[in-house]
Order: sequence, then structure tokens, then C-alpha cells
Amino acid sequence: MRKNSTILFTLLALCVVVLFAADMCVGSVDITLRDIWAVITGGECDPITTKIIIDIRLTKALMAILAGAALSVSGLQMQTLFRNPLAGPYVLGVSSGASLGVALFILGAPLLGLGGSSLLSSFGVAGAAWIGAAAVLAMVAAVSRRIKDIMVILILGMMVGSAVSAIVQVLQYMSHEEALKSFVVWTMGSLGDVSTTQLLLIVPAVVAGLTIAVAVIKPLNLLLLGEPYARTMGLNIGRTRMLILLSTTLLAGTVTAFCGPIGFIGLAIPHLARTMFHNADHRILMPATALLGAVALLICDIVSKLLTLPVNTITALLGIPIVIWVVVRNKNIV
Amino acid sequence: MIRFTNLSLGYGDRTLIDNLTGEVAAGALTALVGRNGTGKSTLLRAIAGIGDYFGGSIELCGRDLRSLSAADLATTIAFVTTDKVRIANLRCRDVVGLGRAPYTNWIGRMQAQDEDIVNEALASVGMSDYADKTMDQMSDGECQRIMIARALAQQTPIILLDEPTAFLDMPNRYELCSLLSRLAHDEKKCILFSTHELDIALELCDAVALISPPQVHILPTDEMIRSGHIERLFTNGVVEFNPATKTVKVKG
Repeated sequence: MRKNSTILFTLLALCVVVLFAADMCVGSVDITLRDIWAVITGGECDPITTKIIIDIRLTKALMAILAGAALSVSGLQMQTLFRNPLAGPYVLGVSSGASLGVALFILGAPLLGLGGSSLLSSFGVAGAAWIGAAAVLAMVAAVSRRIKDIMVILILGMMVGSAVSAIVQVLQYMSHEEALKSFVVWTMGSLGDVSTTQLLLIVPAVVAGLTIAVAVIKPLNLLLLGEPYARTMGLNIGRTRMLILLSTTLLAGTVTAFCGPIGFIGLAIPHLARTMFHNADHRILMPATALLGAVALLICDIVSKLLTLPVNTITALLGIPIVIWVVVRNKNIV
Repeated sequence: MIRFTNLSLGYGDRTLIDNLTGEVAAGALTALVGRNGTGKSTLLRAIAGIGDYFGGSIELCGRDLRSLSAADLATTIAFVTTDKVRIANLRCRDVVGLGRAPYTNWIGRMQAQDEDIVNEALASVGMSDYADKTMDQMSDGECQRIMIARALAQQTPIILLDEPTAFLDMPNRYELCSLLSRLAHDEKKCILFSTHELDIALELCDAVALISPPQVHILPTDEMIRSGHIERLFTNGVVEFNPATKTVKVKG
């Protein structure tokens, strides 16, 4: 069993490398592997190509890896914490919460006559998304302590999503054309709008979220047996819940802030990891989910560039069959 | 051992158990019996430190429950709840291994010694052959045994079980309780379990704790049978308890 996991991990890591290179090659301008190699090694290359590779392709491919790993790991933590196979950043309304935060920031701030430099607004978008995501998560966590029925929690998540889109529509109705346009572009979901400067904010946030996720591996394993068992084995449930909520906010909130709402990755990838590795131990699942998430979003990004469609359409089309399979099979997975 | 002093507990405004003083002995198997809704689970949860109580005190092996840290509690008491753990891809060995959580490092790395303890725990419930099966492939009885093995791996002097015999067929019920009796006697553990199986409690347990709201009587089994408490509690218009045969019969 351990041997199999090692082989799978090696294969997945290889996939990430290959797809990373492939993702850099695909796009509206043809770029060869030789060009990429030249840029990396500092060899001779056309200056425009160099600029495309570094400013656009590299950032975008890095963003695909970060976003894929971040969304999947946040989904894994939510599924175990809520003991709900259908939990995920999108389904539970966390992405909606982040959207509301961003909508209030992009559409609301100009209404109040506020505006700022681009770096300030990057921070603002991220901060707004974090606050929105954290607010929804805290609410869902509070309700799920009282109500154990997973259907109720899911319906609640959907309701939050609907409420948020209604509020966003009101904001859109009141907004000026320019603010409206930048918000609509944001909702399309894109890995490509991220600038290199923004990466300086995204990388630390995602790394912090993943670090916390690694720190809660043992608590997550204990939570597999349910809260009473976890508590009698010495788990500090309050602190664990806070850490998991903080980690998912940092991971899902940050990605949603800069790439728009990307659905189904967070929900579907943990299930793929469980099936592929035949394991429920988070010491295996956590790295497996992160790697698989990176692979999945790299694939989605390549497909979206080939078909020139927004990336969240592709994640939905690839993710929904997996979700249906989970529901139909209806096994106790977490 | 578990010692109660003037303990009162319940939920909301409702007091279920009032002024309980008594003790549950080490090296013995004690059954907790009582009608539905009289506070069996509430009492067990309070002893396990995951439920609150109104007043009085609970002492575990000579130390007050409220003075114990979560880590101390985890090495003093193990609890087998009614929660079903039927998770796909979760191996029995890993479930039992989680019982070592109070002793392992931040990521839960198992040392050779921990592995040995897990193997012993699996062997003592007769589930060694099932170690690499996953929890969704097991019957209710097998799952229950794995959860007991997990409690054993926690290596605590006290083990509590909430209705471990529910959902089991008759041979499995007797087998499980014989197992608990053996563990209590051989490993000198203090084992307290709630149950609705009066006949099993009277036949296999060393002592019986009977909730007769709002009091709890804790007596050795023979004394409990002679005491008359059981007749008072388990007799209604339809059935009556016969102390001679230790069984409940439909009134003729």
C-alpha cells in the first residue's frame, strides 16, 4: 500500500511538471519548449516572447497550480470538518461570500466616492474577499453545530449563494458603467488577470493557508470519527475549528478574490484523491489533494485556452460528472 | 475507578439525576440500565468530559474531572459512542491507530511500540484478520469491535461505552459483553456501559448502576436483584420482572 502511494505521488508530481510546461506553450501566440528553456536558462530569445512567457504564461501557470491546490485542500478540510461529502468552498457559499465582499468593494467603493491605486485595490479586493468568505464560513459553522443534517447545511449554502447574487444585482443596478464592467470581468473567472505584483500577495496567503492545513492533519484524522470521539482523544475542538476556518478562508478567499469564483474543483478533487489512493488518512490525502488539484486546474486552463472559454466553465463541465458520481454512489466518504 | 459525589445533571432546565453519590469499581464490568430518556447517555457524556453537569463532582482514578486537562483526560478515559463510523477507504488498523493519538506527535506518527499496541488491541477483540479491511465493508458487530479495539489502544484505566449492544444480534451481544467482562477482569480496567439488555446485564456484569429518576443505585449484581429496584422500574401494565429467573415476562 505504501509502495503504491509513493508511485502515485511520483506520477502526480511528474504530471504537474509536464502540464506546467504544456500550459506555458498553449495560448494565442505559439511558444515552443525551446523558447521557454531559453528564457529560463537566460539564452537568446525574442524580447516579445520573453515578455509573454514571464509576464503572462508563467504567472498564469503558477496561478493555476496555486489555485488548484488551494481550492482542493480547502474542500478537503471542509468535507472532513462538516462530515459532508458534498461540502466545498463553492457549495457552502464561501465563494459567494467572497464574491459579495468583492462586489461591495468594486461596486460599493466607487458609490461612496472611494478609489485608489492599483496595489491598494488589490489588497482591498483580497481583504474584501477574505472578510466575505470568513463571514459565511463562520455562519455555516455556527449553524452546523446545532443542525447535524447535511441537507440543511447544503440548502443553507445554496440560499446564501442566492441571497448574495440578489444583493450583487442590486449593487450592479446602482453602479456606474466602469465599476460594473470591472466586476463582470471578475465574475468570469480567469487565471490570466493576475499580475506579477499580485502574486506577491497571493503566494504568501496561499502558503500560509497550506501551512495551517498541514498543521491540522492529525486533528482532521481524529474528526473522521466524529466530534465526540475526537474530543475524548484530547482534541481541542474549538481551536481546531478556528484553524480550519482560517485556513479555508485564506485558501478559498484568496483564490476567489483574484481569479473569480471557480466552482467544483474544491468539491470534486478530494473525492478523486480518496478513490485514487484508497485511503482516508489525511497524511496521504492532503498532499494527494493538493497535487491532484494542481493537475486538474492546469488541465482546465489548457482546455480553456484551446477553446477560448472562461476557466470556470471548464471546471464545472469536468467537475459536475464527479459530483454526480459521488451522489449516486452515496457512500459514507467522510 | 469512577467516584460520584452529590452529582446532579440533566439538560436545559430539566434535572435527570440528582444527588448521586457512589462509585464504579476498577477491575469490574458495570452495566448502566434505565428507561428511555432517564439520562444514561447524559451521565456517560458527563463522565467522559464531553457533557456538562450541574453540580457535585466526578472523580476519575482519584482526580477531579474538572481539574484534568484534555490531554490528561484522553489518557484516563476512553469512550465508545453510538456514532457510526462507516467511512469508505478508512482501514480498521488506522481507526485503532487513532486511539494512540494522545501519545503520538503533531502529525500522528506511529512508533514501533504504537504499532505493537494496535496489533494487541486488534488481537484482544479477535479482529486481527480484519486489520486491512475498510470500515464500510464491516458488519455492525465487527465495527463495534473495532471501536472497542480503538478504546483499548488508548490504554486508559477507564472505558465507557454507550449502548454497545444496540444493533447487534443475540449471539453477538453475549459475545461482546463476555469480551468486555474479560477485559475488565484480565486487564483490571473499570468498564461502564449503558444497555437495555437487562438479562445480559444481570448475567454477565459484576455490578449494575440503575437509574430510577432522579436517583441512581449502584450495587453488585446479586444485591441489585434482591433489592427490588428492578421490579419497581421495569414493571408496567404489560410486563413484570421475576427475580428468581432474572427475566422479564409478559403478565399472564
